[in-house]
Parts: sequence; C-alpha cells; structure tokens
Amino acid sequence: MSDQTAKAAIDVRNTSKIYGRDREHGVVALDQVSLTIEDNEFFTLLGPSGCGKTTLLRLIAGFEQPTHGEILLFGEHLEGLPPYKRPVNTVFQHYALFPHMTVAENISFGLEMLEKPAAEIKPVVDEVLGLVQMEQLADRKTDQLSGGQQQRVALARALAPRPKVLLLDEPLSALDFKLRKEMQVELKRLQNETGITFIFVTHDQEEALAMSDRVAVMRDGLILQVGNPSEIYDRPAKRFVADFIGDINILRGSVVSSQGDKARVRLDTGYEGDAGLPTGSDDLGDAVSVAIRPEQLSFVDDAVEADLSGSIQHISYFGSGFDYEVLIPGGETVTLQLQNRGAGQHDYAIGDEVHIAIGANSMQILSD
Amino acid sequence: MAEATTTSSQLSSAVIAEEKRLRSTRYGLLAPGILTIFIIGIMPLSIVLVYSFLKPGDFGGVTWELSFKAYVQLLFEEDIFDETLSFTTDYLEIFWRSVGLGLATTIACLLVGFPTAYFIATQPPARRNAWLFLITIPFWTNLLIRTYAMLLILRDQGMINLSLIKIGAIDRALPLLYTDFAVSLGLVYAYLPFMVLPIFASLEKLDFRLVEAGYDLYATRFKVLKRIIIPLAKPGIAAGCILVLIPSLGAYITPALLGGGKKLMIGNLIELQFGQARNWPFGSAIALVLMVLVMLSLLIYLRSGARKGASAHG
Repeated sequence: MSDQTAKAAIDVRNTSKIYGRDREHGVVALDQVSLTIEDNEFFTLLGPSGCGKTTLLRLIAGFEQPTHGEILLFGEHLEGLPPYKRPVNTVFQHYALFPHMTVAENISFGLEMLEKPAAEIKPVVDEVLGLVQMEQLADRKTDQLSGGQQQRVALARALAPRPKVLLLDEPLSALDFKLRKEMQVELKRLQNETGITFIFVTHDQEEALAMSDRVAVMRDGLILQVGNPSEIYDRPAKRFVADFIGDINILRGSVVSSQGDKARVRLDTGYEGDAGLPTGSDDLGDAVSVAIRPEQLSFVDDAVEADLSGSIQHISYFGSGFDYEVLIPGGETVTLQLQNRGAGQHDYAIGDEVHIAIGANSMQILSD
Repeated sequence: MAEATTTSSQLSSAVIAEEKRLRSTRYGLLAPGILTIFIIGIMPLSIVLVYSFLKPGDFGGVTWELSFKAYVQLLFEEDIFDETLSFTTDYLEIFWRSVGLGLATTIACLLVGFPTAYFIATQPPARRNAWLFLITIPFWTNLLIRTYAMLLILRDQGMINLSLIKIGAIDRALPLLYTDFAVSLGLVYAYLPFMVLPIFASLEKLDFRLVEAGYDLYATRFKVLKRIIIPLAKPGIAAGCILVLIPSLGAYITPALLGGGKKLMIGNLIELQFGQARNWPFGSAIALVLMVLVMLSLLIYLRSGARKGASAHG
C-alpha cells in the first residue's frame, strides 16, 4: 500500500478535524477527507470561507493535529511532528513577515534555523531574491515595502529552505486586482521553475482555474469534487460545484436513457439532447438538474434551429461581453453570454422575442 | 495680473494673522500643562539643585552661602581638627550596593515578569483583564503595610521558617530577614507590576502569526522566543527595566524595614541627611548625583540602541 502512494507529495487519509468535545457538541471543520496530491503539482483547495480548506492546510503544516486519520508526506507519517520538524513551508495570508528584520534577514531565517553555514545561506538568499525579482530591496525593512513586494518576500522566505511542499494560504487576497493577476502568472512560473509541490488555498474560483493543475472543491468540511480546471468547470458533478464556479444556468429535466457517463435528457421545455452524467450517480431518479454555461448558449435567427425560445428580460453589459436574461416558457430564466465584438454587433433589446441554440456537449447533469 | 498679486498678498497676510491667532490660542490651551510641569517638576528640582550648593544650617535647613562642600563630601572625608581632606569610599560603597541591589531586583523582576506578561497576553481577551486586575490589586494597599506583611513572612518566627521547621527541613530558623536577599525580595514584590504591565502592553500588540511563521521556518520554541518574541517585546522590556531600576535605586521604606537599617542604601542615606544629620545640602547633592547617574546610563542605553537600529537599516 505504501509502495503505491510513496510518490504522492501529500496523502491525506480519512482525516477529520473536530473542534470541541465531539462530533455532536463541537464543530466539524474537516469530515473524513481523503486526498492525494502528486509531486510537482499545483494543487488548489477551493471553497467558500468555513469550508475547511485552511484547516486542511494547517493540518499539513502541523499547526493543528487531526482528530482522526493520518497525513503522509512523501510516504512518511507526519503525526506528532511539530511544524518546525516538517519540511513544509507556508506563505501566510497576511504574509507574517518579521518586522524587526530586513528582507534578506527574513529570507535567511529558515536556513539559519536549519543551521546551514553562513557561506551556504548567502547564495541561496541571493538566488530566491532573484527568483522573486527583489534583489534591490534586500536591505529594506519589511514595513517599507508595498503589499505586492511583501508578498514576494513572503514567497521568497518560504521557498528559501527548499520545502518539499509549499503551502499558500490565500496569499493573493490582500492584493488589488491587477497585482493579483500578475502574481497568478508569477506563482505558476515559480512552481514550474522550482518543481516544488504547491498547495494553494483560495475562495476565488477564477484564481483556482487560472493556476492549478488540479482543484479540489470543498464545502462544509467535505471535498465535493477533485479534477483539473476543465473538468471542474465543464463537468461539475454537484450542484454546489457548478454554482460556485462561474455562472451557470440550471434547468429542470428528466433522463430518457443513460449509458456510462452519458445520458439522454429531456428538458421540461421539450428540448432533448445529450448530457454528461457524473460518475457514481445511478440513483438520480427521473427528474434531474441540468447545467448549461451561459457562454454555451447562442442566439439563432431561425426558429427551426432553436432549442429554446423566450423573451429578453434584462441585459447587463460588463465590458468584454453581455449577459442576456431570457425568460423561457415554464417560468425559468436562462442567462446567455455573448462576447463583445464591437459596437452594434448585438442589437437585442429588452422585450425582444429570441431563439436560442444550446452548444453541442454543453449540458451536464448535476447531483445534489 | 496686478489684481491677482494684490489678492495673493492680501491672502498671505491674512494667513499670517490667522497663524498668529492660532499660535496664541495654542499657548493659551497649553498653559495648564506647562504650569503643572513647572510647579511639580522643575521647581522642586531647582530647589534641590540650589540647596546642594549651600551650607547646612545648624538646626536643619540651609544658610545662604555658596559652597561645594556637599559634593566634596561624597568622596573626601574632612578631618575634624585640621580640616584636611582624605579620600573615602564610604559613600561610593553605598552607591555601589544600591546599584547592585537595584540591578538584581530588575533582573529578578524581568525573570518573573516576562513569563507572567506572556501568560496574560496569550489568554483569551476576556480573561486578560481579570489577570491584570490580580496583578494590580496589591497596589491598592499601602507600600508600608505590604512591606510589614513581607516582614511577617520572612522573620524567624515567620511563615517560611515555621513551615520549614515543621516539615523538618531545618532545625533552626534561617536568617532571612535583614539581609540583602530580603531587601531584594521586598523590592521585587513592590515593583513587579511595573515590569509586567509594559511587557504585557508590547506582547499584547505582538502578532502571534509571527510566532507561527517562526515555527513554520524550523525555529524551535526557544529560538522563536529568542529571535522573534523578545526582539519584538524589547520596547516593553526596556520600559519595564527602567521603571523598576529607578525606584529600586532610591527605595527607602523597603531597605529600612527589611534590611533592618544595618546597611545604608542611597534612599536611607538621603533620608538620614534630611533627618538626623541635618545636612540638607549633602542630601540634595546625593539625590542629584543619583539622578545624573541614572540619566547618563539611560542616555548611553538609548544611544547604543539607536546605533544598533541605524546599522540594521544599513
């Protein structure tokens, strides 16, 4: 058993964390979670606040001990090891830089604590300073840095001791939009260059999709779905996952027939088409929820080609595109998203009767 | 254009008038503070300064004649008959003993006070106030009473000796009272809150996520204490040490009661000059020398701290 999993960077086995006396009287922060994170992976724990993602990170770092279960790091049990004995470093949400030290002193701290000789520390500090492009600011105190610079120092400090796994606890949440975008690219580059396994915690689905090799979507201490960004976005297994990540239309329908991970569904509006079926969901019953992304819908002129028809209720413009809310028979509303292709391209107005086509392979059946 | 210049010069003169008015208001509002500082700070000190350069009166007080004798007396003994001066270390010894006891008291207060402050600072906020309350409660009792209580604990038939004899650890009472140890213990007891409160104030502001970051970066508990917690609590530690050291140096009641008056301390020496010895100028001179010594050592400390800070900034 350990042979198969020895290569996994992190192996979380049936781990629970309960704050308080027991399951009935306490708060279950993590509920029998099992998860395998491969070496050299950019893995993201995604979920709303209170879903247990930070708890899982703190269990791996060693700041908390699991109530049940075990966590293995490259096949080694972490149980009972204090944080300072785990070859794992954390980039904290608010950076937690040491205010009484310079940038260079902050970065060399971990190496000093590992009792590396000074001659060995200096080149490593220079190297990671270069990695995060902070060479010129090595002698600054950390309170003289901007948020983005502090972020880079926090990264450099955590990378300097060459951890086997780097934990990142919502490190971008305090940055403004533009800087956050830049740092997303930067983080991905750093992960590629260092080859270190990154475990990234965020509640921002865009961030998760943009950077990760794989994403675990969490809620209420449970992992709902693990997959690469496209699986998570295009084939959400659960209603919550579909809802949490991006915009989604959820329509009522029924299964006509199913085979493997495909099913034939008939929407309540009468349209019939193929839809993806989440694995392990045989007992969905006849009435199901069907998800369609807004950008998979498009307007067609001809009523014959139309899969849905309705009237426009509302139009919102957000720069790069438009959202049209269309009321379809049966009282449901679908949102349709079009790219902005220049002025006058889409001259639909509120109240217009429109015909809508559903993109091929764009429907996904959700389980609750 | 010309019009614009007139308005701007009018404007600037209006601004100047406004500033003048504001300045006089400011001094008016500051007057009570300045007056207080003058009356309770500068004036008594000036009296002490002037008196130290006068001759002692026969029945206390001073006679208004300029004299440096008070300062000379600190280091030299005057022969009663031929009025020649010979060097004496009597008073230096008293200074030295006081400084030693003061430092010992400060170190003991730091060793006890830092863990106490750390403990309180890491309690949940609701419980912190209760602990602080307990720390400050003895303050509400008169120092004299508290010192007598200490005397009851330390004396030969006191709590410590009686219980030690009862359990058979010792046969005869340990001479605890009227020793330097008793004085130091009394001083620690009296001034401990002065150490705990400033350290607590700086530890309370400490971001404990930094402690977590230290553990994450392979620092053991001891290293986290040494490299993160103590450096960040340094302002509180420095303030606490100053607040304990200065009053311990000049302490009077505690050495008098717990030291048994066998060995003089600066505080007792000063009291003696104003009391039995009726040498007010000498008492004033000792007080001033003590003050100057304390100020000099503080200045040296601050300078060294500033230099260290400057070198850290590169």
